[in-house]
Amino acid sequence: MENLIEIKNLHASIDGKEILKGINLTVKPGEVHAIMGPNGSGKSTLSNVLVGHPAYTVTEGEVIYKGQDLLALNPEERSHAGIFLSFQYPVEIAGVSMTNFMRAAINAKRQALGEAPLSAGDFLKLMREKRALVNLDSKLANRSVNEGFSGGEKKRNEIFQMAMLEPTLSILDETDSGLDIDALRIVAEGVNKLKRPDTSTLVITHYQRLLDYIKPDIVHVLYNGKIVKTAGPELALELEERGYDWIKNPQ
Amino acid sequence: MKNETEYIKLFEENRSLIDNPCATLLNEHRPAAFAKFAAQGFPTIKDEAYRNSNVEKLFATDYGVNLGRVKMGDNPREGFTCDVPNLATRQEFIVNDCYQSEENSNSSLPEGVLLGSLNAYARTHGELLAPYYNALACNGDSIAQFNTTFVQDGMLLYIPRNTELKETIQLVTLLRSNIEMMSNRRLLVILEDGAKANLLVCDHSSNEKATLSTQITEVFLGNNASLNLFELEETGYANNRLAHLFVRQMGYSTFNHSCITLTGGFTRNGAYVSLEGEGAEANLSGLAICDKQQHTDNHTLVEHKVGRCTSNELYKYILDEQSTGVFAGKMHIYPDAQHTASQQTNRNLCLTSCARMYAQPQLEIYADDVKCSHGSTVGQLDESALFYMQQRGIPKDEARHLLMFAFAGEVIDSIGIDALRDRLHILVEKRFRGELNRCKGCALCKQ
Amino acid sequence: MKKQSNNIFKKIADKAYEYGFFSSVSTEIIEKGLNEDVIRLISKKKNEPEWMLEFRLTAYRYWLTLEMPTWAHLDIPPIDYQAISYYADPTQKSKKQNSEIDPELMKTFEKLGIPLEERLALSGMAIDAVMDSVSVKTTFKEELKEKGIIFCSMSEAIQEYPDLVRKYLGGVVNYRDNFFAALNSAVFSDGSFVYIPKGVRCPMELSTYFRINAANTGQFERTLIVADDNSYVSYLEGCTAPMRDENQLHAAIVEIIVCENAEVKYSTVQNWYPGDAEGKGGVYNFVTKRGECRGNNSKLSWTQVETGSAITWKYPSCILRGDNSQGEFYSVAVTNNYQQADTGTKMIHLGRNTRSTIISKGISAGKSQNSYRGLVRVSKSADGARNYSQCDSLLLGSLCGAHTFPYMDIHNDSAVIEHEATTSKISEEQLFYCNQRGIGTEEAIGLIVNGYAKEVLNKLPMEFAIEAQKLLSVSLEGSVG
Repeated sequence: MENLIEIKNLHASIDGKEILKGINLTVKPGEVHAIMGPNGSGKSTLSNVLVGHPAYTVTEGEVIYKGQDLLALNPEERSHAGIFLSFQYPVEIAGVSMTNFMRAAINAKRQALGEAPLSAGDFLKLMREKRALVNLDSKLANRSVNEGFSGGEKKRNEIFQMAMLEPTLSILDETDSGLDIDALRIVAEGVNKLKRPDTSTLVITHYQRLLDYIKPDIVHVLYNGKIVKTAGPELALELEERGYDWIKNPQ
Repeated sequence: MKNETEYIKLFEENRSLIDNPCATLLNEHRPAAFAKFAAQGFPTIKDEAYRNSNVEKLFATDYGVNLGRVKMGDNPREGFTCDVPNLATRQEFIVNDCYQSEENSNSSLPEGVLLGSLNAYARTHGELLAPYYNALACNGDSIAQFNTTFVQDGMLLYIPRNTELKETIQLVTLLRSNIEMMSNRRLLVILEDGAKANLLVCDHSSNEKATLSTQITEVFLGNNASLNLFELEETGYANNRLAHLFVRQMGYSTFNHSCITLTGGFTRNGAYVSLEGEGAEANLSGLAICDKQQHTDNHTLVEHKVGRCTSNELYKYILDEQSTGVFAGKMHIYPDAQHTASQQTNRNLCLTSCARMYAQPQLEIYADDVKCSHGSTVGQLDESALFYMQQRGIPKDEARHLLMFAFAGEVIDSIGIDALRDRLHILVEKRFRGELNRCKGCALCKQ
Repeated sequence: MKKQSNNIFKKIADKAYEYGFFSSVSTEIIEKGLNEDVIRLISKKKNEPEWMLEFRLTAYRYWLTLEMPTWAHLDIPPIDYQAISYYADPTQKSKKQNSEIDPELMKTFEKLGIPLEERLALSGMAIDAVMDSVSVKTTFKEELKEKGIIFCSMSEAIQEYPDLVRKYLGGVVNYRDNFFAALNSAVFSDGSFVYIPKGVRCPMELSTYFRINAANTGQFERTLIVADDNSYVSYLEGCTAPMRDENQLHAAIVEIIVCENAEVKYSTVQNWYPGDAEGKGGVYNFVTKRGECRGNNSKLSWTQVETGSAITWKYPSCILRGDNSQGEFYSVAVTNNYQQADTGTKMIHLGRNTRSTIISKGISAGKSQNSYRGLVRVSKSADGARNYSQCDSLLLGSLCGAHTFPYMDIHNDSAVIEHEATTSKISEEQLFYCNQRGIGTEEAIGLIVNGYAKEVLNKLPMEFAIEAQKLLSVSLEGSVG
């Protein structure tokens, strides 16, 4: 298999307003891509469209993931196929414990793959192992999903879930926003520990600093719903220095 | 007034049949109650308290009433167990409206505790019960008067001073009949100063014929007494229930009440709590999971008659298909009830466009130094939470179940007995999965 | 400190109701009592067309079959409807002499702060002044007419614009609606009529000032506001009455029709005489106010500051029929001494994506009873309906009552309805804090209450908001000892 995901001329809108205006992007197994861009350029829309958020409508284009039509799958099927989104604003779910939530997620995936559900013992063991990866307190695991978590805890909880679900394509949507430098390091280290030669990552970020920890192979600049520039890691540094204005107003 | 007339005639023509098997205490309250009932008739939807619950039509069915106290069926203890694993309970049975006695059953209870047929104890301990029987229900609405007029038996639980019942008392009310049947039950619970008890009342049904049960529970809590009362309704769609719970609490007493409606037909639960001693605390909660044509109505009135009392209410409804939910809760703070803390929460989920919810949270406040609040919402499952779960691979239906279960969980988590709480979690989950749509024998143990 | 407060209390009780004077305007009052002849007489005096008389008589005959409603949390003494005069005209003398308005009348309104001479007028406000049963004068009529806006008394509208009146009168509040609506429909005397044509934004605030002057009369005014497509109007209403020992009855109807994309803001500062500190006298204010958001994207906003009246029975409501229409209700209701108020709103959601907001602030003092009563109904057709209600009560003193009676009838699974209510008091600590900073107790209460009511007061037009703030402080002075 040559490409993990291939996005061709993707157009998408929300409430009748077109946000993505023809995205082309190909990610091969093992690659780390960074997508950068100013506010409102469509970064979060792209991640939401890839995981099938119902508020967005794809009006044109296609997405081929592992050789199949991704857009034909519902959100949980995309998850089972190995796509994971670390949300920019993880939602709080009152009354649903992290344990029950994760068990439901793990077993749904196993069922989709034709595997037997994990036993309670194996499941708890897995929880313990993966929790250690991101230094997630066991108390948090017993609380309701994201409820009463601090900003940093929510992001760590996202990476913990990523560890549990072992995705092939991870999309990190502004994972660095709202994190202080220590929390950022813990989260980024977690991501790096989970990286395998065949898994790919899309890092969506506004700033360079996350890319100090998670080294991208390729950097794209998204502006006004289109990818306007693609280059190596040096592009991120240039953006950090010069800002986005030179992209917006090409000489 | 057709329906009233029939019951008025029934009472007038069968007075001796009704009185004969019964203790004087029960009989002497009938005339006054009958007069009130005859004067008022059944409530109609024009009565504020019944504006969303048409009880009048419930009485239109021609029910059989077992005035002659014919024994119905076999001993329920044989072939019918209803237990909660890991919970030591002592089981009592009322089949329709007849208490099923067992010889020497009281031997294991602490000294002075009385547990058994209300009618039997009214004969032997008439003087003890006289100050309590109908002391609260006499001010009830016409359905309460109807019950007092016709009631012939029920259960008594009396606990003397400073006595604690370790074992949970479980009362199973079982509806068994080959014809349409009316049952009129009465529970009297008296806890003297410092007494403590847990009482679990489970409604079951094993018949498909329509039934109508009226039930009055009168609870008297002395100073520092504490009662946990759990009511679980798990009957069928043809089984209708009109229940009144009257509670009088003295100083520093605690009353915890959970009323769970899993399946049933038309249900009206009235809870009327009077806080009459400083420091008394009442916690009322209710959960109704309704589908088909189910109608569940919880009415509460908490009267803070003295200061420094606390009351909390939490009622939740999940309404599916064409079901109807009604919640009306009033907190009444009397002029001298300073330093009252009273809170009421009502949350409702409507799952279909045919489900209906009527909510009336009410405050009536005559004291200024109080903390009172209520909140009521109607809404749907959180869409962003659903999507979050789907992204993690949880199928949408499963995600909905998890969210509904979490919604209901708040009420169940307030139940203080671990084994019962765990059992209820399982029952609610089964209810959501449609595995409880009809009680076969006993859902508590057979599944 | 207690003693001092009591002294202030006495002082305030003597002067608190500064609108309590009586004007000796020569007034024509018809005989007390109510029967078909009286109705014919009223209709004749107003020179009404036949259909108007029929309208009145039908309502009257229906009223005869009704009994006064008893469901409100109010203790209403029996009212002898035959002991009231149903028509009082203070302009009669001047009409006979065929001259300008009686100078006494002009003086009265000036004293109330309502100048009827346009040169003295408050900036940007047109006024219709109604005393007892008759409209005395409407200012800026001509200026408004240029834009096609009709702003005149109801009597005039029946004469000049019979087709418009006939088309809309009784369309929102039917005479069968309730006891007082039927009574009003039978005997209403005057009131204001407003028509804003399509696409017109009314350039000034329209205002009606109601004054009861004559003794033993009832006031039964009727207001009709029609905002045609894409129009906007802000309408203000104020009221006062003299201090009298006997009770006076006020049973008004306000009907509002809001067409597509139109918006109406209706603000009331109600300061009818509340009775004295012993509960003697005062106005019975039994009012039916309702608007229909008939067109899509229409909006109706009720703002009320209720400080007066011995008894208030009033539920300004919105029927949200148009898709995306919005209803708002902002209310401050103050009761002191022996006042009773049962007030709130109804939000009837019929159209899709309709929204409503209810903010109610009740303040009870003295021996008064203050109730919020509201209904939010979402019909089966009202997909996507949203409501947010917040009802707060503030109790000043331990002899008053504050009550909340919300009703939520939800017949649609896509509705999101939220209701919250709280009860609080002004704490000793808050008062002490103010005292320590040199603010007297009376003033501190005024400050705190105004802060509490701010959310609603902010919704009032500027001149009204200042007036309302003063009113709140005055109404509550002496209420905490």
